[in-house]
Amino acid sequence: MAFDGLLEGNSDQWAFGTDFDDPLAGLDVALPAALDPLEHARFCLGLADDALILSQRLAEWCSRAPDLEDDVALANLALDLLGQARLLLGRAALVDPAVVPVLPAGSPVPAEDALAFFRDAAAFRNVQLVELPNGDFAHVIVRLLMFSVARLELFQQLLSSADPVLAAVAARGVKELAYQRDWAGRWFVTLARGTSESRRRVLAALAGLWVHQAELAEAYGLSGGAVLERVFLAGGVAQPDSVVRVGGRGRDGMHTEALSLLLAEMQVVARAHPMGRW
Amino acid sequence: MTDRREWPLYEVFVRGKRGLNHVHVGSLHAADSTMALRNARDVYTRRNEGVSIWVVPAAAITASSPDEKDPLFGPSADKVYRHPTFYPIPDDVPHM
Repeated sequence: MAFDGLLEGNSDQWAFGTDFDDPLAGLDVALPAALDPLEHARFCLGLADDALILSQRLAEWCSRAPDLEDDVALANLALDLLGQARLLLGRAALVDPAVVPVLPAGSPVPAEDALAFFRDAAAFRNVQLVELPNGDFAHVIVRLLMFSVARLELFQQLLSSADPVLAAVAARGVKELAYQRDWAGRWFVTLARGTSESRRRVLAALAGLWVHQAELAEAYGLSGGAVLERVFLAGGVAQPDSVVRVGGRGRDGMHTEALSLLLAEMQVVARAHPMGRW
Repeated sequence: MTDRREWPLYEVFVRGKRGLNHVHVGSLHAADSTMALRNARDVYTRRNEGVSIWVVPAAAITASSPDEKDPLFGPSADKVYRHPTFYPIPDDVPHM
């Protein structure tokens, strides 16, 4: 279902790499009565927007990474997150259709696209960590590490979600996030134990991004920082002091100006053609 | 000055879902073999091609030289009798 548009129902044309799985195959998409639709849609939207916005930031790295291999790796991670965003936006739209922006009558734009491309910054529910502008390679590593640690922990809990769709999304996401965390963690240790310059950069990135850890931990319901502690220890990096969240939360629609600029670039073509078919 | 020496080259072998053996798919650069494995996953299996990866330092491969082509391979070029094609195959042998 999720990949029908890509494969047109027929994967025979591919020389290799067939047998793609549909994470939602055969699922009952009805929301269990125990869950409140409004609250659940809001929850899915927050997780979707985190993935969508970080995916966009990672995509900006395309052709700019230090090596071809890391360029492809970052693009892969971006596409993993985009896949999570698509499923979660679709879930939010199905559970509470009121979250979907209204488009001109007869517009063929599907709900997930309407959510991604036709909402203004204040309607986005992502945490602020993911919207910050890119920095150097150490910056993307530290951001990915913080994000993947938090998201993997939550997705592991969501495997037993009362919503079968969310549980299926989590089952797929856990594998992706495990790789993402592994990749970012290895690079973190490599940079921290590399040259004095790479260590200086990774410490600078950590100092700059750590102020957003409190908001991230709150949004993802983090219980503790055991995984991060182990990575910091392996890299010989002191655990940064815990910070108190200041200012508004992205989950309430409070964002930095960086999000508006990101959205302007991401949405401009789709918004110019609200009747467009892609 | 930044040190721009390149990372060592690794050769990548991938076994597909329906394949029995690892097949050479290309090469890449990495700082060590662990990173080479991760990079191979990202560069060569992103379209669902593989279930297993080998990486080998390119420097560890001993290859035959093109200059030796004649003495190495020339002698087998006219020995058609080395193919087992001169035997009648019994009807109840399905595949040969």
